[in-house]
Amino acid sequence: MISYIIKRLFQIIPAILITSFIIYFAMNLTGGDPAMIIAGDKASKERIEEVRVQYGFDKPVLVQYLKYMGGLLKGDLGISYVTNKDVFKSFMERLPATLELSFASVLLAVLISLPLGIYTAINQNTWKDNTGMAFALFGVSMPNFWLGLMLILLFSQQLGWFPSSGRRNGIASLVLPAVTVGLGLAALITRTTRSSMLDVIRQDYMRTARAKGASNQNVIIKHALPNALIPIITVIGLQLSNVLTGSVLVETVFAWPGVGRLVFDSISKRDTPMVTGAIILCSILMVLANLVVDVVYAFFDPRIKAQYMKKGRKHGSSKSETHEESL
Amino acid sequence: MEAVKAKPMKKVYKSRSFAAETWRRLKKNKGAIIGLIFLSILVTLAIGSGFFYNYNTNIIGQNITDRFQLPSLQHWFGTDQVGRDIFARILYGARYSLIISVGSVFIGLVIGVILGAFAGFYGGIIDAIIMRLTDVLYAVPNIMIAVVIVSLLGTSAVNLLIALAIPAATNFARIARASVMTLRGQEFVESAYAIGMPSWKIIVKHIIPNSLSPIIVQITLLIGTTIIAASSLSFLGIGIPVPAPEWGAMLSDGRAYMRSAGYISVFPGLAIMATVLGLNLLGDGLRDSLDPKLKK
Repeated sequence: MISYIIKRLFQIIPAILITSFIIYFAMNLTGGDPAMIIAGDKASKERIEEVRVQYGFDKPVLVQYLKYMGGLLKGDLGISYVTNKDVFKSFMERLPATLELSFASVLLAVLISLPLGIYTAINQNTWKDNTGMAFALFGVSMPNFWLGLMLILLFSQQLGWFPSSGRRNGIASLVLPAVTVGLGLAALITRTTRSSMLDVIRQDYMRTARAKGASNQNVIIKHALPNALIPIITVIGLQLSNVLTGSVLVETVFAWPGVGRLVFDSISKRDTPMVTGAIILCSILMVLANLVVDVVYAFFDPRIKAQYMKKGRKHGSSKSETHEESL
Repeated sequence: MEAVKAKPMKKVYKSRSFAAETWRRLKKNKGAIIGLIFLSILVTLAIGSGFFYNYNTNIIGQNITDRFQLPSLQHWFGTDQVGRDIFARILYGARYSLIISVGSVFIGLVIGVILGAFAGFYGGIIDAIIMRLTDVLYAVPNIMIAVVIVSLLGTSAVNLLIALAIPAATNFARIARASVMTLRGQEFVESAYAIGMPSWKIIVKHIIPNSLSPIIVQITLLIGTTIIAASSLSFLGIGIPVPAPEWGAMLSDGRAYMRSAGYISVFPGLAIMATVLGLNLLGDGLRDSLDPKLKK
């Protein structure tokens, strides 16, 4: 298991290399003059030239990129051209807000979608199923930035229950952004849960459990759900990684000071170190989120755990053996 | 007794084509038909809007005396902050949403299917390079890829098409690769090889037509998500340039007047939702019709 986790962590390296290469070059080839951004609009030509030499912008882009990667090896993601702050520190200042929003929305989505998905599956082709699926269909079809605006209109401006923007009022500030992201996710997870449960409840072992006299609730919770969880965890994991890095719209609607908005603002200001650094850190977050999902698989499914163990033993006994088995 | 003349049983079984069989199953799916009817009406109205309305006067022309009119018989969805009729702008805006989403999905389809088919067919280093590239693109959220591309290349309809086509291409590449990998060992592919057909011809003539079902379903569903993505970019201010009546941009315009005229943001959002809902209904119906085994 540990060797598998280490191997997965090493997979971050090519992802970082490719992503940083693409972003760094794209920003340099299409962006404005970084020396001008740092020196300011009113700076003289001499000052701009001075900055260009000082920061090494007079050198070829490849040399600049290699210098950047050299810094990255030492854990240095550079300094923002615009704010003059350390990129890593700026990212870390925004990360708690993103984590808070991501986990709250995924938690809300799971709390809604798991019971709803199970309920619709066990009532397949009834009005209860149709209503649940209609909710899910509306949920996946609704743009979340519009839902956010509608929630602000109703709960903030008409009823005055929650603040419409910012993160200053603790949990009250979190409610509307989390509901906005969470409802969309809930719709997706409900569809997967229903479909996965339908696969499982037709299996022979379910009939056996019923024949042995197990109650319906017991059959669903103890026999069906654990077997249906793998696709559900996959979708939750995928959505968690998307929310961690892709909530720029909801962050814009609610003025939520998260990572998505930081990347968006940095791109529009042509802040190359901030964009490259933030996207590298986002990729690491995504890989870590996927890794957590893989570990959670093993926790819920003993078959997968056994595969990890087998791999670990193989790895221990013969170093040359490759990990050809896919999970 | 008169012998009963037995008439020879003659029952002709008409074999239906793949398309006819799919249509027969699709017709039974109420949701898919509702989606199809809605989309047909929307496309007709979007095309017709060019005849009913004048772009310069009705769509982008300002009429300050009529601003902030609530929905009424004269202005079905009301008027916006500069007096433009929201209903007319939504109908006209459907053109942008549909053209951009269909266009980018089509570009993504061509690029993705070619790359995915070659990766799946040849395997080895070609497969590794193409799939690692799609993995990297897959690891970054679609909206972020689109934001980076449009911000770097500048806001224009062409750049928006490129930005939205890339995530679509990664989706199609994965689907095409998976289909091709399952098909390449089949007997009809081996027979084509045996008669000396070149690989590219086998891919184009035999493999791609046989892996169409998942691709067709993905097209309908991706057009829906691309409509949302395109309006998201306009909402962020990097989509179709103003004053074009793009739905996301109209929503964004209405944000400033949420307190006094909330309806300005309500209707464009409903238009996006209804269109994507129609596409999702059709996509779900097509999935069931193309592969009845999946229907649950």
